[in-house]
Amino acid sequence: MTYAYFPGCSMRGTGRAYEESLLAVFEKVGASLEELEDWNCCGASAWTSVDRTQAVALSARNLAIAERGAAAGTPVDLMAPCAGCYRALLKTQHAFEERGAVAEKVDAALATVGLRYDRTVRVRHPIDVLIDDVGLERVAEAVTRPLEGVKVACYYGCLLVRPNAPFDDPHDPTSMDRLIEAVGAEPVDWPLKTRCCGASCYSSSPFGPVQEATLELSYEILRDAKRRGADAIATACPLCQFNLEGFQPRMARAFGERIDLTVGFITQFLGLAMGIDERRLGVRRMMRWHLPEPGSKPQPVAAGGGAHASA
Amino acid sequence: MQAHDGAPKIGVYICHCGLNIAGKIDVEQVVAFAATLPNVAVARDYRFMCSDPGQDLIRQDIDDGLVNRVVVASCSPLMHEATFRRATAAGGISPFFFQMASIREHVSWVTADQQDATEKAKALVAAAVRRVALHEPLERRQSPVLPDAMVVGAGIAGIHAALTMANAGKHVYLIERESTIGGHMARFDKTFPTLDCAACILTPKMSEVRANPNITLWTYADVVSVEGYTGNFTVRVRRRPRYVDEDLCTGCLACIDACINKKAKVPDEWNEGLSKRKPIYIPFPQATPPVVVVDPETCIWFKTGKCPRPCIDACERDAFDFEQQERIEEVKVGAIVLATGFKEFDATRIPAYGYGRYPNVYTSVEVERLVNATGPTQGEIVLRDGTRPQTVGIIHCVGSRDERYNAYCSRVCCMYSLKLAHLIRERSGAEVYDFYIDMRTAGKGYEEFYDKLMQEGTHFVRGRVAGVTDEATTPEEEGKLIVRAEDTLLGAARRIPVDMVVLAVGLEPQPDAQDVRRLFNIGCGAEGFFTERHPKLAPVSTFTDGIFLAGACQGPKDIPDSVAQAGAAAAEVLAMVDRGMVELEPSTAFIDPAACSGCRTCVGLCPFAAITFDHDRNVAEVNEVVCKGCGICVGACPTGAAQQHLFTDEEIFNEIEGVLAYV
Amino acid sequence: MSEPDETFEPRIVAFFCNWCTYTAADLAGISRMTYAPNVRVVRLMCSGRLDPQFVLAALRDGADGVLIGGCHPGDCHYQLGNYNAQRRVLLLKRMLRAMGIEDERVRLEWISAAEGEKVQRVCNEMTEQVRALGPLHLAAVPRREAS
Repeated sequence: MTYAYFPGCSMRGTGRAYEESLLAVFEKVGASLEELEDWNCCGASAWTSVDRTQAVALSARNLAIAERGAAAGTPVDLMAPCAGCYRALLKTQHAFEERGAVAEKVDAALATVGLRYDRTVRVRHPIDVLIDDVGLERVAEAVTRPLEGVKVACYYGCLLVRPNAPFDDPHDPTSMDRLIEAVGAEPVDWPLKTRCCGASCYSSSPFGPVQEATLELSYEILRDAKRRGADAIATACPLCQFNLEGFQPRMARAFGERIDLTVGFITQFLGLAMGIDERRLGVRRMMRWHLPEPGSKPQPVAAGGGAHASA
Repeated sequence: MQAHDGAPKIGVYICHCGLNIAGKIDVEQVVAFAATLPNVAVARDYRFMCSDPGQDLIRQDIDDGLVNRVVVASCSPLMHEATFRRATAAGGISPFFFQMASIREHVSWVTADQQDATEKAKALVAAAVRRVALHEPLERRQSPVLPDAMVVGAGIAGIHAALTMANAGKHVYLIERESTIGGHMARFDKTFPTLDCAACILTPKMSEVRANPNITLWTYADVVSVEGYTGNFTVRVRRRPRYVDEDLCTGCLACIDACINKKAKVPDEWNEGLSKRKPIYIPFPQATPPVVVVDPETCIWFKTGKCPRPCIDACERDAFDFEQQERIEEVKVGAIVLATGFKEFDATRIPAYGYGRYPNVYTSVEVERLVNATGPTQGEIVLRDGTRPQTVGIIHCVGSRDERYNAYCSRVCCMYSLKLAHLIRERSGAEVYDFYIDMRTAGKGYEEFYDKLMQEGTHFVRGRVAGVTDEATTPEEEGKLIVRAEDTLLGAARRIPVDMVVLAVGLEPQPDAQDVRRLFNIGCGAEGFFTERHPKLAPVSTFTDGIFLAGACQGPKDIPDSVAQAGAAAAEVLAMVDRGMVELEPSTAFIDPAACSGCRTCVGLCPFAAITFDHDRNVAEVNEVVCKGCGICVGACPTGAAQQHLFTDEEIFNEIEGVLAYV
Repeated sequence: MSEPDETFEPRIVAFFCNWCTYTAADLAGISRMTYAPNVRVVRLMCSGRLDPQFVLAALRDGADGVLIGGCHPGDCHYQLGNYNAQRRVLLLKRMLRAMGIEDERVRLEWISAAEGEKVQRVCNEMTEQVRALGPLHLAAVPRREAS
């Protein structure tokens, strides 16, 4: 199994640990990833609301390049781990399937740089690949250190499965939960798994009512997970992970309650269960990493680097 | 009727239809044009051709010998073809010496430019003129209508239709799929807006059905096939085995007590799974007929063959028959009323509302059973743990008025939500919050009922509910279900903690509506409800003569409307049966034996097996009575031996030529 | 027929079945949906009545296109008529192609009685498609005598 791989900008930035763990896990299950040559921004930003055609053109360049690598006519699977990139590229794929005016203009734009897109690309997500292509059995087989007793709340956020996802239910998704189960951990059933985390609103400055509102959104998610006994939250989006992990000290000050919850990438949990060394999974990059020892009472796992939250 | 009488003298009548046609089409130009067409003797226009004076124009011209073929250019033939055929006949010639051109629905109402509209109207008039010159003096054949009727579905609509017809002296077969009649209404406690006890008004009718000598009631039965045609339907009904002889069982229920299962364990469908029943059961105490049912899926005898069957001993009437088989009854009826009702929207399709996830989220149907004195909680409103709720939220429009599920309004939910709000408060003292989009309380006494609920202190929040969650953000919300809704009148998002949530689920067609409608050869609309012949003027007829509709199977409606519609359907049936005959359209196929080469292409094509092959003469023959006039055989016949009255090849070729040759 | 020019107005003959498509066209009228006036309807009881000769006659008599409308598969008022129509039209189109008549000139659509909007859309679409193709020039043939 080979996949064209679209990292997107966050994989090289705040989401480094996601890429590291993703590559390690995929190697373990025997799927190879070939990074897309000269890939560009997927256009996940607000540009789609400003000029849809331009946004699609930007994104479509990646699809055209992906196609170039494959033999003519064979469908290409392009995998994008960041939920934002996934959604943006998927929307672009659909825009071409609509065959409307946008597709025509974008075809023309691509032609000016000598590219053409023959609509053979299927945009995929690692979770989708792990469940539908690799299969839960194979994932389970690769486990050497099942995460027994570790309760993980899977957070899907909004872009991954909404408004529609070919691989899961938009209202009640369970794909990540099944992966967590396959590696021996205990998925937590919680209602806020698709609730908005506030997205990029928090990061815009200066701090004001918008930031307050998004801080609260993320806080509610963390608090609910904690209430339901989660030891950690698994995410599939670098921004969700960032929002949920990064501002816990601030939340403690604003809302008077310490959360102190580990927030990691789904692939990190899978990798741990597969016995992959923590360093290869980017654990040291996390701001906090406390997981109960599988099968015994919860014990802090030493994490190097990043400062711990000070209340 | 006059036979062919020499050269056709065509009268062309262009209708203004007020301004509907004349406002767009230059009628005078069309009249002048019509007068130039071959065989046209008279060309006139009039404001309303369908009116008496309009029809008189036609009649008079024929009477005066000016005209022996008629073309009317006006509305759709689906509207007034029958009217003008009658006017033609009134003049003394065959009503089929008539052709209509639709220049309203197909021209004036849909064309932007006046000149374009006028030209198109001329083309259609020319087509009709060229065609009608070839029409034959056909006559409608009469076919007898059998005197018995059938009603399929014995909810309130079916019951009312059956009683009306039976009391008029007709014999009615009433078929019901469940083991008891009564439908949804039998499960309600009170009905809006009067808060009448549903059972009190329904059970007398149910008893009447049983007692009426003109009604043959078959419950636990369904229709398996329908053959024949208007006035002459052969229906096969499958009566499923209850393993109890209906004629012997008195409904004493001793067998249920005696059942080897001392505790009831099977989820009770009648109570929406909120209570349990035994494998041998009766749905509710007033079930009609009062005969128990043995459920072979859960009865130990059927599953293992090992049970002492104390039920048999307990029965003083020796009514058990564990060898009972299903029976197929075949009956012949003249007309059929479909009153198959509705099903509720499945609330699990909206995960955000928490049905199935949170135990204290109920559907309105479940709450109907809670408030019912014969229900699982004897009329008490309690939560799953048996305690009384202090606050209850009722969410309107669940699955209705929603593009993701059903776009239509289910019509009854606002009223039944108000009813439940009242009953819940009365029984439990709870504060009730109604989350609505609009309040639809249009019937007699409905708005007053709404007012009463407001006076009683029900809280109304106008806004779509985003979701129901148990995630508490404040101490007051702990342990509650929080309804998150936008309050559009306040302009704020609200979180309202409640103990119990009631989902006002909408009405949908029965899950097998498509199968049923194919059985009876009628249509369904886009939402799946049966299609009436005309939404305003023929709400109980269908496009298949002799099949009528009543109640929610035709569209969501409340009890008064269902009963009214059932009465209307019964009246239509009585009209047919009393008249004793129907006139069949003469547009049937026929085969000219001289031209038939005996290839038999047509024989297998007929969906109704109306064509037989005469091996002696080596020609095919159409049975006129069975033929429904589709023309499939005609289109297939290689020699043109098969033709269709009123739609012969020559007539259509001329129509085609006419529509293109002049304009 | 005139040579192709910008003001070419195609003439399309439509065969609509009574129960579905004709009713849908009525519905479009009742709903006051405006559409191109180029489609002229001939009413049949069932699309199964359609004889391929009707299509040929229409094209010969001067139509630039032919539209056939029937009930959706499974919904035919007479059970099977529309399946027959489909088969006949498929075979006929092969023949027409061999004669050099463009595919878009003959179109089969399933339109249910509730789909007034589809009648509007199909008529508009087909009018533009046939307009783009230009008038159909068939060699002159002896006309039948009008009976």
